[in-house]
Amino acid sequence: MTAIAPGTLQKSSQRGSAARARLLRGLLPALSLALVLIAIAWLNPRAISYFGFNLMLNLAIPIALATIAQMFVIAGNELDLSIGTFVGFVGCVTATWLRDAPLMGIVVLLGSIGVYALLGALIHLRNLPSIVVTLGMSFVWQGLAILVLPKPGGKAPDWLLSIMSFKPPYIPFPILAALIIAAVVHFGLMRTSYGVILRGSGGNAAALRRAGWSLLRTKIVLFALTGLFGVLSGMALIGITTSADANIGNGYTLLSIAGVILGGGEFVGGRVSPIGAVLGALTLALAASPLLTFMHIPPDWQVAANGAILIIVLAARVLISRRER
Amino acid sequence: MASLRMMLEKPWLWSFVGALVVWLATVAFTGGYGAGGMVTAALSLAVFTVIVGVGQMFVITLGPGNVDLSLPANIGLASAVAMKVMGGSDSMIVVGLLAALACGAAIGAINYLLIWALRIPPIIATLSASFVIQSVDISYGRGLQIKPPPGFADFTNWQVLGIPVLAMLTVLFTIGAALALQRMIFGRSVLAIGQNIRAAWLAGVHVGRIRFLTYTLCGALGGIDGALLAGYFRGANVDIGNEYLLASIAVVVIGGTSVAGGKANVPGVWGAGLFLVLLLTMLNTFGVSAGVRLVLTGLIIVGVITAAGGEKAVR
Repeated sequence: MTAIAPGTLQKSSQRGSAARARLLRGLLPALSLALVLIAIAWLNPRAISYFGFNLMLNLAIPIALATIAQMFVIAGNELDLSIGTFVGFVGCVTATWLRDAPLMGIVVLLGSIGVYALLGALIHLRNLPSIVVTLGMSFVWQGLAILVLPKPGGKAPDWLLSIMSFKPPYIPFPILAALIIAAVVHFGLMRTSYGVILRGSGGNAAALRRAGWSLLRTKIVLFALTGLFGVLSGMALIGITTSADANIGNGYTLLSIAGVILGGGEFVGGRVSPIGAVLGALTLALAASPLLTFMHIPPDWQVAANGAILIIVLAARVLISRRER
Repeated sequence: MASLRMMLEKPWLWSFVGALVVWLATVAFTGGYGAGGMVTAALSLAVFTVIVGVGQMFVITLGPGNVDLSLPANIGLASAVAMKVMGGSDSMIVVGLLAALACGAAIGAINYLLIWALRIPPIIATLSASFVIQSVDISYGRGLQIKPPPGFADFTNWQVLGIPVLAMLTVLFTIGAALALQRMIFGRSVLAIGQNIRAAWLAGVHVGRIRFLTYTLCGALGGIDGALLAGYFRGANVDIGNEYLLASIAVVVIGGTSVAGGKANVPGVWGAGLFLVLLLTMLNTFGVSAGVRLVLTGLIIVGVITAAGGEKAVR
């Protein structure tokens, strides 16, 4: 990293190339998705169709929602290592209580969002490391999921099934849903004034506090939003799989973190991008299995593909950032 | 009064107090039955947590954001490598251990290479590395059913007067780690980097080299841990290291090491390791279901962290 300030000479041309690099960097999530899509189209042209996308992006909606959930905590410089087991817990509640006793199911789900808000308050007030707290909570959610649903089973509520099997004309439902999620969260976090405050709590907490904003409140709001999107992710997942299992969401913790980073988010400084996060989630969903299946790569290497994609995208980002400075 | 003040000044003592309380509660429940056996079992299981815990402690001490998430995958792969190299014959034990050590050290070195070359936070670097390692392990260790050599399996279960020999060796190792941390240039450099990386660099600490060594050390400890686990549990397994992600981080934090870096504590790792193992023993003795056990384990970890509290950020 060259920390030396750039000379004043050729400032304008440098600014131009820096702007170009920044644009390229912003486009990186979209470029990686395009690359994966082109590879799929090249390997199997028939997959690029209404039906093909419906199949390939089947699980993209819950992954995108979990990624957005993770993005909110990362915006506040924290990390949630419990989102995967939380999604599993929500799934178990959805497949049992939400169907059999809807009122109780709703209360439990709202209560779990409340638990997330409390965790945010606890982490802020006691200045705790979120990694450890959420690692501990991942055990709690997993245990609760097993208590709710000891054996795989249950059934999704009918209204949820009909929502998730909705077939809009022309645009496959997963793509439509991804567009809506990205647009709503982008507006809320990037275009409203409180969204700026939320991101500011990760960017410069001290400045925010001096300006009179409550950091306790921003942390509570960020964690509650994570809980909310975790609940949505679990419900969407059960709407697709129709039944639940206590371990159903375990892989989502790592997927969601990878999705946020692929989407251009950074661990510190409140630099996140909702649109990028959704694109990152779609890239991971596509690259994980459809692409590998078409390339005849055994499922053993699926996880490695996720890791390799992360490393490649981050390497590309380093090359671009080097020009940005 | 003086002893109370000493207790408050040394938060790591609490981890031993916690272990003692949990042990007493279990003994009270069983009416004194199996009190000694419980200690033996706790010591032999805590060893595995302590070894990776010490590695994780050095990494976490490097400062905020430094954490090795690739330990579970590393342990899994090293356990398979060790079993394959040993091939069930006693003459290959040392070679197998060295192979596991080398495998772990290589993973640690690759971790740092990613951090350094891609300038990404260690969490993401070790996470992406662990994805790849996991796949290598699944593919390499598929259907691997090699038993450890009898000599090695006996060694990992060997006890003298009810104290596992492995635990004694690990105590020696932790004393060495404590000396390295407090009295050697390497340890002092790690602490200095954790306190202020820029100040350490200006003071002439070879920041890059020390961080490289720390990640390699942590990886190597994960590797040796994988080999020992495979010996103790009589076989390698892809999932053998899974529980050590939480455990390695939890023992470091419960043991009084600062998550903000720059302040480490080796004895606390032992106390916390014993505490975690005895806690599981207690919950098993009480006969609670798997779900309740998970919930209680999680709540107790969150509770301990909350009680220990985080320090105020220096800036």
